[in-house]
Amino acid sequence: MTAIQDTAPHTDHAHDDHHHDHPSWLAHHFDDAEQQYDSGKLGMWLFLVTEVLFFSGMFCAYALYRNRNPEVFEFCSSFLNEKLGAINTGVLLFSSLTMAWAVRASQLRQHTLLVGMLAATLACAAMFLGVKSVEYSHKWELGLLPGKFYVAQLGGHHGDPKGYLESLCVVPMILTVLSALYYVYSWVVNSSFHKQVAGPLLVAGLCFFVGVFLGQTLEAEAADSHAGEHAGHADHHMVQGHVDHASHDHAAAEHADHPADGAAMPVVAASAGEDVKVMKEQLATPDADVNQKSMAGLFFSIYYCMTGVHAIHILGGMAVITWLIVKAARKEFHEQYFGPVDNVGLYWHLVDFIWIYLFPLLYLIT
Amino acid sequence: MGHATSEAGHGQVEHGAHGAQGEHGAHGEHGGGHGEHHGFSHPMPIWMLLSVFFALLGLTGLTVFQAQFDLGNAEIWLSLTIATVKAALVILFFMHLLWDKPLNAIIILSSLIFVALFLGFTLMDAEGYREKLIYRSTVKASQPGALGTEIDE
Repeated sequence: MTAIQDTAPHTDHAHDDHHHDHPSWLAHHFDDAEQQYDSGKLGMWLFLVTEVLFFSGMFCAYALYRNRNPEVFEFCSSFLNEKLGAINTGVLLFSSLTMAWAVRASQLRQHTLLVGMLAATLACAAMFLGVKSVEYSHKWELGLLPGKFYVAQLGGHHGDPKGYLESLCVVPMILTVLSALYYVYSWVVNSSFHKQVAGPLLVAGLCFFVGVFLGQTLEAEAADSHAGEHAGHADHHMVQGHVDHASHDHAAAEHADHPADGAAMPVVAASAGEDVKVMKEQLATPDADVNQKSMAGLFFSIYYCMTGVHAIHILGGMAVITWLIVKAARKEFHEQYFGPVDNVGLYWHLVDFIWIYLFPLLYLIT
Repeated sequence: MGHATSEAGHGQVEHGAHGAQGEHGAHGEHGGGHGEHHGFSHPMPIWMLLSVFFALLGLTGLTVFQAQFDLGNAEIWLSLTIATVKAALVILFFMHLLWDKPLNAIIILSSLIFVALFLGFTLMDAEGYREKLIYRSTVKASQPGALGTEIDE
């Protein structure tokens, strides 16, 4: 399509000897700015296709497991803090807005506004990761770990601080201190370029800790209100554990890692006459059955895999946005050359797009 | 749409390629305008960006609100529908697909078709497997002690 349109200008350019004075922002193998832009964008959309398919593998695992064990999702979802998820959704949506606005600013040569919008996007990304760190460390403290590492003892030593959050904060802390030093340096040399790069980096570093603070406040609030409920879960586990096992027909999901299985077997056989539907209804309630490696552990494998890969994408996004800030501080973008901003924007919106699905699917299960 | 703008863009491209400074001057006169004054670029109006953002926030509120009610089976479909509306807003406006080349739209939509095939066929398979599994569990259960090992494969 583009090729056909380009044939006429191409011959014109040949007469103009155009190829010898390409502007610095136009790669040598492109005829003109629009061809360069279209090619870049096409490549970006193809990359996004691979991203969508990549994530769909994890959504497939999710769909299969939820379809088979809805009770596990109901149980485990109660450990995900809905408020934190909602805040992170808002933060990501806002970062999408600032990213889209950054594209507009780059097209209109609003250089300072462009740096500001990219800085806001970077800060939102950092805040998202701050909240996420609180969520992760809180779960690790409770023993809500993936697969065979799952060791949750509900109502037991509830949330003993083990320093997970502190260790997650080490790298952001170092980066924030470095950005602060860079910011001081930028004022010492009084270079507007360095100020425009260091400022956003420092703000982003600080926003990580704003996210941590916000997450901790809300998580502590939630822990207080849930404390009684979890103690109740524990009692249920102690008294009813073995009885629940007897009424458990999902032997497939019930791996042999539980020593009680052998003992419970004859009881399962005795209740075999029961209608399948009745057994399925019984399955929908027991927490004690679900609270083990092969059930809840598998949910948390899926949870960490999906949110973890998403968080890695956020980190990647932050790296490329930092690169954009450097280019924007050099005033490199204009209406002929804004492809990098646009393509990073496409990537960033895709990360937002994935979270739009993750949030209701993981946090909002009743 | 994409055709018309790219045609209009070409005049600008040649102009821009020969002197970006002249372009800058021309831009100053039409600052804040929409569409053809900026070559092939298409700056989104601010009101549109803001209204898409607030629509997305509203839909997030809606999905949190509906999660309070136990709607049973309908719940997952309702929340997925809301998520899809949000995703559509992000793709069409923030990702600019509404004004993009049709080829790019076809590419991304085709990926969604493949995702639907992927999930659909896997779930169909799982559905079939599940019935077999329950049937076997009731049959095997009549032979005491055989349950745990047989089904767990």
